Amino acid sequence: MQKAVENPLKSRNGTAESGGGGTARDTLTGSRIRERRLIAGLRQADLARQVGISASYLNLIEHNRRRIGGKLLVGIAQVLGVELSMLTEGAEAALISTLREAAADAGAVAAEADRADEFAGRFPGWAEVLAANHRRIASLERTVQTLSDRLTHDPHLAASLHEVLSTAAAIRSTASILAEPGEIEPEWRDRFHGNLNEDSLRLAESSKALVAYLDESETGTERRGVPQEEVEAFFSAHGHHFPGLETGESSPEAMVQGEAGLSSDAARQLGRQRLAIYAADAQAMPLTPFSRAVGRLGPDPLALAAQFGADLPAVFRRLAAMPEGVLPTPTGLVICDASGSILFRKTLAGFAMPRYGESCPLWPLYSALGRPLVPISRRVSQLGRSSAEFECLAVAWPHHMPDFDRDPVFRSVMLIRPVTGAPGPADPPAQPVGSHCRVCPRRDCAARREPSILSEGF
Amino acid sequence: MGRQVLLIEDEPNITEAIRFLLTRDGWQVATHADGGNAVDVIRAIRPDLVILDVMLPGKSGIDIVRDLREIEQLRALPVLMLTARGQLRDREMAERAGVTRFMTKPFSNAEVLAAVRDLNAQASGG
Repeated sequence: MQKAVENPLKSRNGTAESGGGGTARDTLTGSRIRERRLIAGLRQADLARQVGISASYLNLIEHNRRRIGGKLLVGIAQVLGVELSMLTEGAEAALISTLREAAADAGAVAAEADRADEFAGRFPGWAEVLAANHRRIASLERTVQTLSDRLTHDPHLAASLHEVLSTAAAIRSTASILAEPGEIEPEWRDRFHGNLNEDSLRLAESSKALVAYLDESETGTERRGVPQEEVEAFFSAHGHHFPGLETGESSPEAMVQGEAGLSSDAARQLGRQRLAIYAADAQAMPLTPFSRAVGRLGPDPLALAAQFGADLPAVFRRLAAMPEGVLPTPTGLVICDASGSILFRKTLAGFAMPRYGESCPLWPLYSALGRPLVPISRRVSQLGRSSAEFECLAVAWPHHMPDFDRDPVFRSVMLIRPVTGAPGPADPPAQPVGSHCRVCPRRDCAARREPSILSEGF
Repeated sequence: MGRQVLLIEDEPNITEAIRFLLTRDGWQVATHADGGNAVDVIRAIRPDLVILDVMLPGKSGIDIVRDLREIEQLRALPVLMLTARGQLRDREMAERAGVTRFMTKPFSNAEVLAAVRDLNAQASGG
């Protein structure tokens, strides 16, 4: 029997140094024999005797120090009551490679790392679990790195900040020279005054650019990566209007499938949900009669709700979904849940909505959450920006059907429209609101959550 | 003749203000605005001290300092770095590159003057 046993040399790390016609991982056959023998409850001496070899030779085989094949292997499989393939089919090289990487990353002792193939051979299931976890950790680390880079190494932000700080440095240095006691030559003084004027204009421009960038980026591609942002970019790319859903020729499912901009399952699921709401609104308030009603009644949500027997949130959404030319002004829309987290935005030029984090608590959107089902109308203006005023219509509604002994879950929606024409003498002044505390210069604000980089940071 | 400072800064009004300050303090001030050939300019002028911005066209201030420290004759040249980025890791990166002193924008004129005088005294063995 022993003549059937090959006797190749093995390297220290357990990989075969010569071929032998076996599988790639046939050097682990011994480990698998040992595993199966222990499962069968056989002693080494018993198995050795039954296949006609010495116990010490079987010991060498089981520790992969002798390669085994041919009739001896068939005999061992028969005694152990297993298919031959269970002893010969080893773990994939890729699995062992991943295990070695995992061991190296975890700082495992070299001796343990060197036995990765033995581990994979004896416990293939656990080895797969470990390798899968290692791959998942690596993937998560890459994601963390990407997000971290996005926050800390944003080239636009770095360039914008550099511009602001460099201009501030020039102003500070020049102003200090001019403020010093004593005379300064008229030629230098005039030059520094000119520089100050030039730099103050630059500072105003670069600060505005920085605030606009922090507020939001109008380019959809920069906002990719978070499911909600992908859905917003998708809606924005379609101008928030979907003719296929208006006519019923397309479906939310069909629109989401094959949409490259919705890159994750989460984004596609969110996209489907939002499109389904759109389709339901379109069915309840079809485009042609709704457009005619707007022409007859004006863009008055209450009148339109009464006309179509629809609720106010649906009318707000429908108004925000109108194609160009139907409404007298462009409209923005923002929806949040009861925690204040923004769920959906249709941006409106001039009205800043933050890209990340929480918005200004003074928005009527949030006031409505405090008085559910009561429609709120406010004229607002955003501080630190242009003097444009906006009409904000908001209402909070229970997101689910009411149920006994179950607290309702509210959402709030706000329609935003630019105010056209001067306010009347009886109109109260526009309520000042911000976009996000960090970029809001308002002082002594009871709603402030954190300091502003505009008033305190520089 | 006073000792010479080379100011490498692409912001003309900062350059003008610092040039005024240092000239009044008795320094000869040379200026340059491009990072790309900054090392060649330093090699040609051989100033006693360099004031260097980080974000320059052509080459970053950090890379310029790294290159300087590879050149035997310029290894000990005092470099005062001006930057808009003042986080700890930026300071550490600048120190590893071989920057002698680090100052964040917007700085005060008194700070710049004090740093220049201090670096000069150190380099002169004072």
